[in-house]
Amino acid sequence: MINQKISWKQTLHALLYLAPMMILLSIFFLYPIISTFILSVFKKYNFYTNAGQGIGFDNFAYLWHDPMFHQAVKNTFIFVLGVVPASIIISLGIALLLNRFSKVRGFFQTLYFLPYVTSTVAIAMVWTWIYHSDYGVLNFILKLFHLPPVGWLTDPHYTMLTLIIFSIWKNLGLNIILFLVALNSVPKQYYLSASIDGATPWQQFTNITVPLISPTTFLLTINAMIASFKVFDQIYVFYHNTAGPNNSGMTIVYYLYQKFYVENNYTVASAAGVVLFVIILLATILQNYVSKHYVHY
Amino acid sequence: MTKRKLANILFFLILVLGALIMVFPFFWMISTSVKTPSEAAQIPPMLWPKHPHWVNFVNAFHAAPFGRYLVNSLIVTVCTTAAQMFTSILAAFAFSKLKFWGKNLIFMIFLTTMMVPIEMLIIPNYVTLSETHLMNTYLALILPWAASFFTVFTLRQAFNAVPPQVYYAAKIDGASDWKYLWTVLVPICRSSIVAMTILEVISSWNDFMWPMIVTNDPNMRTLPVAVASFTNDVGTNYPYMMAAATFVIIPMIVLYVILEKYIIQGITKGGLVG
Repeated sequence: MINQKISWKQTLHALLYLAPMMILLSIFFLYPIISTFILSVFKKYNFYTNAGQGIGFDNFAYLWHDPMFHQAVKNTFIFVLGVVPASIIISLGIALLLNRFSKVRGFFQTLYFLPYVTSTVAIAMVWTWIYHSDYGVLNFILKLFHLPPVGWLTDPHYTMLTLIIFSIWKNLGLNIILFLVALNSVPKQYYLSASIDGATPWQQFTNITVPLISPTTFLLTINAMIASFKVFDQIYVFYHNTAGPNNSGMTIVYYLYQKFYVENNYTVASAAGVVLFVIILLATILQNYVSKHYVHY
Repeated sequence: MTKRKLANILFFLILVLGALIMVFPFFWMISTSVKTPSEAAQIPPMLWPKHPHWVNFVNAFHAAPFGRYLVNSLIVTVCTTAAQMFTSILAAFAFSKLKFWGKNLIFMIFLTTMMVPIEMLIIPNYVTLSETHLMNTYLALILPWAASFFTVFTLRQAFNAVPPQVYYAAKIDGASDWKYLWTVLVPICRSSIVAMTILEVISSWNDFMWPMIVTNDPNMRTLPVAVASFTNDVGTNYPYMMAAATFVIIPMIVLYVILEKYIIQGITKGGLVG
């Protein structure tokens, strides 16, 4: 039984177990991947007959020349750059602090993780109230410090900052938990022998902690990047089904949604989807490469 | 020594401040929910109203058909999770314990589905479901998520950790694969299965973009979609809006507080594979 040759019967038997997953994923994942690529190169597409005409790169040329898409790409990268480094640094800091106070760690960990399990849409609704120009708590706090009120949701200059603050807050818990796992997997002897040799806590941090948790740091960075590239829900809620004042909150996924669902321009939306796919694929390849070559669990 | 103590106090205060920032929006949501609109708009803001209007929750619940939305969300979440766990357990078992031709090829093909942004698949899936006249049905909300290679991948790792001898012993005792899977393997790996189940419940309950796109019939909305469009129903009545947000958030928080151990386990096991 152990070193038996594989038979047709066995293969058929296994396929029965695999069939539900294979059928569903083929219909809703594999076919759509191919279909999106095909849609993106159609010149014309009829939704009702699901038939396309003419092949070419017109849709990509359209994206290339569309100022709105430029805005979307620019904003998406601003968003990623605004969220990811800050989120990694803050969550590492909090994880380090939590490790210092092991008695209350569990309690604080629960609190820090709360936003992560909540619906983005619902909690974004709460933040629209916090961000409110006239009655919001945030502007009230600014006033306490004698700072002028900010039109968080109305001033186009603040749109990206508004989205970035919310998104850091929302996803901090995940990074904290994963950093805690990494920090606790560093052998305690390293710190012991370093302190015997007279290393300061800062030296221990930079010479032991940082290098040893670097694989986790890297993976979290990539994961956070992938998630940030797909930002959508909070924009929808903050700006009531628009991309913000003067489209100042337009991102790639919002652009895709707008072209597809609002303007029914399926081919351009698909082309935007392909662009998103390529960006995320590059990030994923990098992640897989690193986790294969540098990360050991 | 005192310097160290001082530093510790400072660090602890930073942690407390951070925790307050994390929790404040939840507190503010509840606090605003039980205010009158004019109390909510007061400057300086009142932390907690003198006479909390708990009845706001009841009124908000009836300001839109939230009973219906709640049922929709429950049906979709339970069915999606059950279907996804069932298809994933079967597939993970085959990948982990069975021998068959094309195993690696099939695995690699479906592995690619993990790298694709779901947002990109929305257009073709929308077309598929309109062509099969499934728009505005529970099936449209459930079927696309009834299988997940991420879940298969994670469960396969858990199954791989069970030594093959257990499988051979069961086979020698005359158990069929089906019986071995459900009476031996699944119970052994129950903590991984529970962890993945809860993670899927959370993500299914909170899902927004897909349910919004496939339900233009208000009766088919799930809770997050209903909350996002609730402003159309109540305008700027922030207490009602906060109450509506509470309906979506509280069930997941209760679930999280009760089952935190499993959620953390699922996150730390699954979170790093991608």
